[in-house]
Amino acid sequence: MLWLVGVLLLVAAASAAFLQQVAITETARIQAAIIAALLRGCAGFLVAAFVVMSMVREFNDKVLELMLAQPWPRAAYLFGKFVGFSAAALLLAAIVSVPLALLAPASRVAVWALSLACELVILASMSLFCVITLTHVVPALAAVLGFYVLGRSMTAIQIIAQASEASQDWADRLASWIVQGIAAILPRFDLMTQTAWLVDAPPAAGAIASVLAQAAVYTALLVTAAQFDLHRQNL
Amino acid sequence: MRERPLADVPRWVGAGLALALALQIGVAWLQPRPSARAEDLGPAPGASTLRLAALGEPIALANLLMLYLQAFDYQAGTRVPYRNLDYDRLIDWLSRILELDPAGQYPLMSASRLYADIPDAAKQRTMLEFVYREYLKDPNRRWPWLAHATILAKHRLKDLPLARKYATALQQHTTAPEAPGWVRQMEPFILEEMNELEAARVLIGGLLASGQVKDRRDYELLGRRLKELEQRLKAK
Repeated sequence: MLWLVGVLLLVAAASAAFLQQVAITETARIQAAIIAALLRGCAGFLVAAFVVMSMVREFNDKVLELMLAQPWPRAAYLFGKFVGFSAAALLLAAIVSVPLALLAPASRVAVWALSLACELVILASMSLFCVITLTHVVPALAAVLGFYVLGRSMTAIQIIAQASEASQDWADRLASWIVQGIAAILPRFDLMTQTAWLVDAPPAAGAIASVLAQAAVYTALLVTAAQFDLHRQNL
Repeated sequence: MRERPLADVPRWVGAGLALALALQIGVAWLQPRPSARAEDLGPAPGASTLRLAALGEPIALANLLMLYLQAFDYQAGTRVPYRNLDYDRLIDWLSRILELDPAGQYPLMSASRLYADIPDAAKQRTMLEFVYREYLKDPNRRWPWLAHATILAKHRLKDLPLARKYATALQQHTTAPEAPGWVRQMEPFILEEMNELEAARVLIGGLLASGQVKDRRDYELLGRRLKELEQRLKAK
């Protein structure tokens, strides 16, 4: 994965140089906003791909069977995997945040990086859960991508659906309740790792606490769901 | 069967899952409720930018942009009415969406039935003019929205000359066979309300003589109207 991170940083540097030539005003602001969005999306994809690929390789090489044959519980194996992937996610968040320190104040970049780390840990947990359940690369990656896109667009969907709350039509109200239900079991990615934190105002302490709480709770949910699924698998 | 029975799952895993799910629902409940504000509607991106962003899927992008606009339209929970939207920007957005998907009806439907249906005459006129301009580019597909605009101009704005302008355009440009007869027959009725009885009489007579009125009941209705007009003109 490291060489891919290197390529990503090179692309980010090239994009920053290009934007510097193109932008007439607010160059640093434009650079920070676009590069941050690029790095955030690519880091998420890299984490998901890394977790899914490495787990599928373990399935194919029968490493999983070998590990489960050892005298330790399945929970220990899964928790170990989670810790390892989370460490990789934290490292990636730190690496991709470094170039942003050239474009925005370091304190803001630090907060942004902390939030990105939380986001990537959630994505690593989601990827682990999906790959244990689906066991193949394409379905697992598609499920993680769908989860991520839904998590980031859920607010807009909720806003549209809330209009149905006033409707007398039961189908409208049912649709609204279903959307609210889905939103309740998805993390609020739209509140995490906001570009505005880099280019406008830093987040309030409450916002950061909310991100940390969301990451802790959602990661616990995904890891226990993965535990549940792993224990049900007839391996 | 690849799956083992549920009883094989340790109880602490099931209990942990239920607890984590309950915590997640609690966290979601505590998060701020999403809301849209009318003043947040930003300027529409340029046509070339959107074409580039469409990645060869302009219809999909147009539909996504319409959904994006809806986030500002519905104003969930805030009760901010449409009239608080910046109508110049709104029209820019709708124009861009129509450029991406000229066959799409959603933008003009929204323009004539939602955005033009507000208690702000100036913004209403702006939106009706937008519908009129866009109608002229594709009359046979877009006539329903100008027909609605005509009704709004007549009954809401009480602006009969404006309603007549739209009705004239409908009569002159709409040739789609699926368009009902009344769409092309609104102008004489508006003229009648404007007390231009002679012009209305000439127009109805012309319509009947041209053979454009195919429906028998429409023909009879217009015929009766023509006689009434002639009687009123004689009585003058």
